[in-house]
Amino acid sequence: MIQLKKIRRATRRDLAQVVEIDARITGMRKPAYWAGILRRYRLFLVLTDQAAVQGYIVGEVRDWEFGSPPCGWVFGIGVRPDARLAGAGTRLLEAICAEFRRRGVDKVRTLLARDNALVLAFFRSQGLMAAPFIALERDL
Amino acid sequence: MRLQKNTLLALCSVLEFAAEPARALSTAEIARKYRASPHHLAKVLGRLRRAGLLSAARGSGGGYRFSANAKRVTLLDVIALFERIGAPAKARTLALEGAIAQVLAEIDATARATFGSVTLETMLKLARRPPAARGRAA
Repeated sequence: MIQLKKIRRATRRDLAQVVEIDARITGMRKPAYWAGILRRYRLFLVLTDQAAVQGYIVGEVRDWEFGSPPCGWVFGIGVRPDARLAGAGTRLLEAICAEFRRRGVDKVRTLLARDNALVLAFFRSQGLMAAPFIALERDL
Repeated sequence: MRLQKNTLLALCSVLEFAAEPARALSTAEIARKYRASPHHLAKVLGRLRRAGLLSAARGSGGGYRFSANAKRVTLLDVIALFERIGAPAKARTLALEGAIAQVLAEIDATARATFGSVTLETMLKLARRPPAARGRAA
């Protein structure tokens, strides 16, 4: 069992591992995207064991997006497949929710693909319910 | 969104079993609690047993026990044993019929995603929360 150690803010040195975790989950390597995430978002946290990054979470507080009062948004969460079932996702979500509360908001929200059953089930298990919004799109 | 009576009875029953997996519950106990006909409930529990969600309990009390993984079984897994969310699409010859079918398919897809992402364990957690907190996100 992997010993999950601590949660801290992500640094440039973590990026290669975050890219690798994301690529294992999504099948796509996106180093430029993750470098941009590190520049743009203050709430980019990683969970580490002694040697490596085991998971990450990204989010921020957004004011009045989509007409909503300020709330915390989780944009992405990922845990190494071999580090799952040890509470890593729960700890990451708790950590970012604590940061959201410190920033004065009392709601967390996320947006997921309908067919992403694994991550949907995770957020459901953490008590998140459907938000009063509907995501819409069309081909251009 | 409405589910058939059988489906609702199956969901309540399987959650009763999952809440206390070590305990055997009799058909009569559940039938009393949910004001259902024991004969009718027996058919529902039989289907849950054949799907591997329950197993027959040995001993004088009889009844059933939960025999699956509450972290892995979703509401959709149970519902699909009794009814289908979203009828198969029929060939539409009229444009308006096709447009209505498209909107209904969107609703069905959302319902399936919702039921498919809520595990029995999540439901038990939700049921334990105070009623006022059930509509709130974490």
